[in-house]
Amino acid sequence: MRPAITAAAIGLAAGLVAAQQAQADIQITGAGSTFAAPIYAKWGDASSSTTGIKLNYQAIGSGAGINQINNRTVDFGASDMPVAADQLTAHKLMQFPTVIGGVDIIVNIPGVKPNQLKLTGPVLADIYLGTITKWNDKQIVALNPGLKLPSLAIAPVHRADGSGTTFVFTDYLGMQSPEWKTKVGSSTSVAWPVGAGAKGSDGVAGTVHQIKGGIGYDESAYAEQNHLTTALLKNKAGKFVAPTMAAFEASAGNADWSKVQNFAIDLNNEPGATSWPIESATFVLLPIDPKDANQSAAVKKFFDWGFTHGSAIAKRLLYIPLPASVHNAIRAAWKKDVPGTM
Amino acid sequence: MQQAIALPASRSGRRNSRLGDPIFAGLARGSGILVLLLLGSLILSLFIGGLPAFRRFGFNFLFSTEWDPVHQVFGAAVSVYGTLITSVLALVFAVPLAFGIAFYLTELAPSWLRRPVGTAIELLAAIPSIIYGMWGFFVIVPIMSQYIEPTLINLFDGIPVLQDLFAGPPFGTGIFTAAMILAVMVLPFIAATMRDVFNTVPPVFKESAYGVGCTTWEVMRSIVLPYTRVSVVGGIMLGLGRALGETMAVTFVIGNADRISPNLFSSSNTIASIVALEFPESPTGSLKLASLLALGFILFVISFIVLAISRMLLRPKLKA
Repeated sequence: MRPAITAAAIGLAAGLVAAQQAQADIQITGAGSTFAAPIYAKWGDASSSTTGIKLNYQAIGSGAGINQINNRTVDFGASDMPVAADQLTAHKLMQFPTVIGGVDIIVNIPGVKPNQLKLTGPVLADIYLGTITKWNDKQIVALNPGLKLPSLAIAPVHRADGSGTTFVFTDYLGMQSPEWKTKVGSSTSVAWPVGAGAKGSDGVAGTVHQIKGGIGYDESAYAEQNHLTTALLKNKAGKFVAPTMAAFEASAGNADWSKVQNFAIDLNNEPGATSWPIESATFVLLPIDPKDANQSAAVKKFFDWGFTHGSAIAKRLLYIPLPASVHNAIRAAWKKDVPGTM
Repeated sequence: MQQAIALPASRSGRRNSRLGDPIFAGLARGSGILVLLLLGSLILSLFIGGLPAFRRFGFNFLFSTEWDPVHQVFGAAVSVYGTLITSVLALVFAVPLAFGIAFYLTELAPSWLRRPVGTAIELLAAIPSIIYGMWGFFVIVPIMSQYIEPTLINLFDGIPVLQDLFAGPPFGTGIFTAAMILAVMVLPFIAATMRDVFNTVPPVFKESAYGVGCTTWEVMRSIVLPYTRVSVVGGIMLGLGRALGETMAVTFVIGNADRISPNLFSSSNTIASIVALEFPESPTGSLKLASLLALGFILFVISFIVLAISRMLLRPKLKA
């Protein structure tokens, strides 16, 4: 009895000491974009042993993340949609991008294999506006001379929940079709003229998979991991490209970061012969008047680790790391706008 | 020694009962008042939160079918329509089925089967609604979109009214599927209530009916149902109340679309589903958030109306 109690007491003491050691790490909290959640989680796991920073990230959606950081309930917010400059000043935030992700077009047409169907931006907009209703419409047939397209009704699928992916997609459609821009516009949630909504990226993928004639849009990481039937798109240079990592990187590389304020770059429809046209950076929002300078420093240190050591992880998860020049610009912006050391 | 201990005990015992009763009465009264306060504060906060939307759109908010976050125009008509039609359709599916189950359990089933089937019904009620949503999306929706919907669409193609009710690309999601899943969810409540009240009918009534020569169905129709009408309606209203507010199960399968269409296979929205889908992307203080809160208030009003109707239906019966 006695030895057992002693052993238990020692064990408890050891546990408490270990807990104390763990508490010596700093914990940072973040909330927002579900699109970026996988990469932040992986960075958090990989970096905690070297940086001593533990990340607690809640993937509640871009809008909710912005709400949280405005109320300062978390240390940083994450959003797929860049926040407007006046909102940033009003809420005393600075914004910086972390990684880039592409949006794929997925289809389900009997007889059509992955990366076989060719589409253009205007045709895509017309499909989602409801003006093109069948797969053997002459505009689609003209783009795909060698392909046999059935007389099947097109079933457009969109995201039912508010989503940054919807913002990127509708922003691209707005660029490609003036009618879309005035009639529907772009946002995380829009009034879709036709089609059905599905909840989440998996909902869109599942619905397109089930319904013959379905078309939808999904994050590239999702489409790749689930082996969905993707379509080719015509880019700004006039070439039809497939949604591959090389195409995403070409698009990101061709972006001109020098002209934008607050890093709020729009990566849709970038020039370049091999660029993929639907792409977006995901952003992090940091207060420029942090209550706790240590927490702010820890957030910066975490993302700095991600920029210097996390590129391989990002590529494995099918995100595109930012160019090194942008990383340096972000570090300069931290030094300038956010008080406290890194 | 014992007497010395006994006297103080009895004296403190009397003191306890003098304190105990007022304290208990106060706690009970407080709980009652707390319920009223909670309800009142809920209604008030929904109304105040939704006031910007009511002020901006006026009475038109109830009848507008637009829901445009980009141009900041919101209307409740589609959500209210979706809520009402999915709930009513769910009852249309569930009530006959529930009646059948209750009838079977009380009259026809062998006694060794009654307990297991009864327990199975109650377990259905215990399943969390998000599980129903996931099951609905991953199991029911593919079956609907690949087998049932194309069959029904082809069957009614060409028949004037039915053709409009069952049309369009077979997405699998939509009002019909949502109503089916809601029906499965409200079935246990209605069936359990019906079964319990069918069992309360005094056996002498049924036996005298059998003695006069009634068949089982005639006994059910002329003796059991009239006797239990009040509670049956109550059970149905309970199911309707659950169906009106059901969120997660409907959100997965309703397909967020802001159009009113007679097509039962079309996507739509219910008040609960649109709040669940749009709330995370509504910035604090925005018109969208106010519209969602206004929708919550409207749902509350609908539930209240349903409750009032059910009380009105039952009032003469209750008095009798």
